[in-house]
Amino acid sequence: MMRILSLLLLIAMPLSPVRAAPPADPLQSPMWADLAKLYFADAPVEFDARVKISVPGIVENQAHVPVTADARGVEGVVKMIVFADLNPIQLVLKLTPVAAAPYISFRMKVEQSTPVRAAALTADGVWHVGGVFLEAAGGGCSAPASARKDADWTDTLGQAQGRLWREADGLARARFRVRHPMDTGLAKDNTPAYYIERVEMRGAAGEPLARLEMFEPMSEDPTLTLMVRLPPADSTLEIEGRDNNGGIYRSSLPAPWRQSGLEPVRGVPGSRAPC
Amino acid sequence: MLSRRDALGVLSGAAAAPWLAAFEAAAAPLTYTLQPVKLDDGIWMVAGVPEAITLANGGAIANISILDTTAGAIVIDTGPSHRYGEALAKLASELTGKPVARVYLTHFHPDHIFGNQGFAPDVIASSQGVADGMKELGEAFAGAMYHSAGDWMRGTELVLPGTIVGSDVEDFGNRRIRPLAMRGHTGADLVLFDELSGFLFAGDLVFLDRAPTTPHADLERWRISLANLGGIPHARLVPGHGPAEDSGRGIEQTRQWLEAIEGIVRDAFEKGLDVTEAITLPLPSWTEKIALARYEYERTVMHLYPKFEADRWPRVDKKG
Repeated sequence: MMRILSLLLLIAMPLSPVRAAPPADPLQSPMWADLAKLYFADAPVEFDARVKISVPGIVENQAHVPVTADARGVEGVVKMIVFADLNPIQLVLKLTPVAAAPYISFRMKVEQSTPVRAAALTADGVWHVGGVFLEAAGGGCSAPASARKDADWTDTLGQAQGRLWREADGLARARFRVRHPMDTGLAKDNTPAYYIERVEMRGAAGEPLARLEMFEPMSEDPTLTLMVRLPPADSTLEIEGRDNNGGIYRSSLPAPWRQSGLEPVRGVPGSRAPC
Repeated sequence: MLSRRDALGVLSGAAAAPWLAAFEAAAAPLTYTLQPVKLDDGIWMVAGVPEAITLANGGAIANISILDTTAGAIVIDTGPSHRYGEALAKLASELTGKPVARVYLTHFHPDHIFGNQGFAPDVIASSQGVADGMKELGEAFAGAMYHSAGDWMRGTELVLPGTIVGSDVEDFGNRRIRPLAMRGHTGADLVLFDELSGFLFAGDLVFLDRAPTTPHADLERWRISLANLGGIPHARLVPGHGPAEDSGRGIEQTRQWLEAIEGIVRDAFEKGLDVTEAITLPLPSWTEKIALARYEYERTVMHLYPKFEADRWPRVDKKG
């Protein structure tokens, strides 16, 4: 008995003086304790229902699972990460909403059923964590990109498509897709990891609105929805991506909503008074 | 002190341990009980349940038909698994008293083809497109079926059709079967028309009171095929899923569903919603009586969105 106790003490020692253990995981994931240590280190962590992950009720394509991470209910989010505990590579993305909503929709690869979580860091240093358990068959991370079946895949590499909408609160909703194989490096065809790792959204003057880091689990041909505070006078949202081989991808999303008559009244006397 | 038996009693009575019930179910031998319903002289249908593929139903969700001919039994589609195929082959020879002369596969989806092992490969017939689809997607389907239906799938392997049919009528003595190559639900849908009874076996081009599935659908082609099916005079239509009727309801309901659902998805897409947002939208109230409406709507959102994004968004890269 003594020996077991002292062993336990030995294991516990390096941890306990530094910080309290993270709160017990409602999803009961075997990875939670390790991942919490990895991503949050000594920072306080709390499970928070205002941080929402939305996934479909059924997953039939493990290489393209639609996910929305939404922490708009939390004030003052400075950073958001999304991870999937039981994926071979857990971290999916890191979002810095410089002038943007703490919100992102995207598609990811899953290798098996797994918790999918979002964690939002507020300015006071607290991580707010929400998540769901995603039911899925396996294989999304180890299947080769479909671009790998196509000898001409480089012809479409970097081609981008998208549109902007205006949200009721004045934010610009950007939906955007860029052609890229996003190889995980885990595929059966031995293709090394090759993926877009950084995306920055900027206003016309070059000021950053949102910074996004993406990792291997992001789906092929990344398809994103973000909401940024694009200055109303700007006619385009500039997007620049960079992959881990140094490839640069520049896009410019026109803001057609400026012509739609929805532009808020600015500079009109009296219009800015009451609220 | 609790004895082990007490503890077990407590556990199995507790709602908190649903996995115990799962173990009990898994321990029971899995056997499909096929209940043929006679539709006409020498024509039976084994109705699929109006459910998604689950551990409980073993994937037996599609309608299977059996026809008696002077040349032997005809089986249309083979069900989801090796076990199902074995049971189906036995049923066909019991009902007709003859060996199986022909098996037709209406399309390459897993709930219709994985019973092929119950039959000799040479009698299994379909169009080239169905065979190609099975070759391309069979392995992925098998993986998905093992995940959804579990041990019901034990020993199931892909068996390709040994015979390719075109549009020539096949003669079985008293019955002549006319294969009609269409598409829309998948890239290759084989409709079968029995000249003797006037029965039209529409495969999954027609669903009735069960929401249509769209993983490989081309909705425009599907609508054309439905119009073509409606133009073929027939005594009765056997859909891939749902009751066999002489009412025309199946064709009309499938057409209506596709139109309504595509409209909702397109509208959501044009408003800038992403997939997880679009799947929460309300469906028209008439779909409430359709089994799996919400489930199939969610799937269809996921099927259509990538196509819309690729086809309808303008290019915005500075290269292009």
